[in-house]
Amino acid sequence: AALKGGLRSQVSAALKEGRVTPTELCQRCLALIKSTKFLNAYITVAEETALKQAKESEERYKRGQPLGILDGIPVAVKDNFNTAGIETTCASNMLKGYISPYNATVVQKLLDQGAVLLGKTNLDEFAMGSGSTDGVFGPVRNPWSYSKQYKEKSVPKSHSEDEDSNWVITGGSSGGSAAAVSSFTCFAALGSDTGGSTRNPAAHCGVVGLKPTYGLISRHGLIPLVNSMDVPGILTRCVDDAAVLLGSLAGHDPKDSTTIQDHFKPFELPNLTDVSKLSIGIPKEYHAPGLSSEILALWSKAADLFKNAGAKVVEVSLPHTRYSIVCYHVLCTAEVASNMARFDGLEYGHRSDKKESTESMYAATRREGFNDVVRGRILSGNYFLLKQNYEKYFVKALKVRRLIANDFVKVFRSGVDILLTPTTLNDAAPYMEFIQEDNRTRSAQDDILTQAANMAGLPAINVPTALSDRGLPVGLQFIGRSFQEKQLLTVAKWFEKQVQFPMIQLEEVKRHDHSVFQHQKSASFS
Amino acid sequence: QKVSVEVLHHLEHLALVDFRDSEGVERLQKAIQFADQLHEVNTDGVEPMDSVLEDRCLYLREDDVTEGNCTKELLKNAREKVEEYFVAPPGNIPLPKLEEQDTFLQGS
Repeated sequence: AALKGGLRSQVSAALKEGRVTPTELCQRCLALIKSTKFLNAYITVAEETALKQAKESEERYKRGQPLGILDGIPVAVKDNFNTAGIETTCASNMLKGYISPYNATVVQKLLDQGAVLLGKTNLDEFAMGSGSTDGVFGPVRNPWSYSKQYKEKSVPKSHSEDEDSNWVITGGSSGGSAAAVSSFTCFAALGSDTGGSTRNPAAHCGVVGLKPTYGLISRHGLIPLVNSMDVPGILTRCVDDAAVLLGSLAGHDPKDSTTIQDHFKPFELPNLTDVSKLSIGIPKEYHAPGLSSEILALWSKAADLFKNAGAKVVEVSLPHTRYSIVCYHVLCTAEVASNMARFDGLEYGHRSDKKESTESMYAATRREGFNDVVRGRILSGNYFLLKQNYEKYFVKALKVRRLIANDFVKVFRSGVDILLTPTTLNDAAPYMEFIQEDNRTRSAQDDILTQAANMAGLPAINVPTALSDRGLPVGLQFIGRSFQEKQLLTVAKWFEKQVQFPMIQLEEVKRHDHSVFQHQKSASFS
Repeated sequence: QKVSVEVLHHLEHLALVDFRDSEGVERLQKAIQFADQLHEVNTDGVEPMDSVLEDRCLYLREDDVTEGNCTKELLKNAREKVEEYFVAPPGNIPLPKLEEQDTFLQGS
């Protein structure tokens, strides 16, 4: 039962009182990872080091000197964060076999507080994508595909069909992390968020996904996609846990000059009872084309929830919302073109055998190491950065970025405290359907509700809200003012309490695969 | 307007990544088309925004050496090295010109 509780309220107490030991927790999670291998959430499982960390934590608890709430807590980290001694691949051939020589600051912080690092989670290659389907280790499966809730809503398949050809995606690009948290294989996971990559899979997997304000959490060691928008993301099962993680990760890092110097004070979330002083903004442009009627209804219901509880709920306008995807497209590809230039095969990662010249070796290495999505973005980015295009596209996009950021400034200045929007247009799509469209089209569609927060650097959080008609999670998003995470999370926590999102009921899974997976049972939770 | 073969070739050279096939080129064409929507926005008098933290001063630290001496660690991940050097194939040899190449672009 301790596996299901909040970190601060239940798990920490259980560990302190010795009702469960860090080693037991670790072993349980490792066993669960094995039995849910078909989800493909993990690329690397660091079993030995995790057990070692768990043992060390246990010693500390025995001495009555735990390092904090996170001591002994099993966590997972997206495979685009450097982890010393552990392979870091970014789900790309380019970095297969790359063993990081250092820990990303956020990883180091977790370890310094005694967290147990279970492994590295799966993602879209180099975090480019919104499905966690385009990495070299294969797609991640949404644990809800195997839930009672989804199965009882599915059309029964005939005997001859593979019974799980209708599994759904996790969303992306931090799908592995979201799936890991959702399936109870860890208590919290790190993701990254550049256009929605933490919030999108959080919504599809029914977990809390927090995108902190740009500049609050160090990016040192996070393999960069878009330096001006990337942030480490936090995935947990409840808002309180997200606050705990935030408390342990936020703060200035001398190794990341884009972190602000303001002193960060970790906080506990109050139990808000009176929302009458709150002003909630409903941006009308987030009623985007393609938004499912189900989610629209849920969004409306949520707005009413606040209204009926006494909050002020107003419609607001963020007029440049619809350009954020185009703007992102240009800025992202431009920064990607620059960031991917470091992969040349010389110092680390894949290296081609071609040796006629340096340039031909670089070209071959990159052709062999990157998938189509990555290569496509590099080429597009280089196009927008050509002298003849620089003003027309790149600088133009930077100007549009300011307009988008200003939209938010105006709205927050008008007295609105928090914005409430949907996180995704739909619930999770079946994999077979998702792959019908190419990556760029998908990203453009799926990022539409999440991207602008990255453009403006604002904090945003997905809170699982309800199940769709198909029995799959739907989440809603709250966007807050810069560096006002406490207010954002307090409101999110209040909302979470109101909606009482159901717990996933993972079913026993029988598989008759001859290939990779053996006949498995997923753990049952009771 | 379609992107000329010269520009495509130039891009491959700049990026050291190839289009591989017509799909790759088509992808670029679509990307440009998509990006053209930016021109619908009126940005007269608007300054470009490089960073959302533009109102803050960048942190500067003291010019003290605080880390280093990790040559061995760093060389571990390189495939070809000699003593403390990364080994590269001969430089100063440019990639073949478009006419000399046997790439997909030649045929377009």
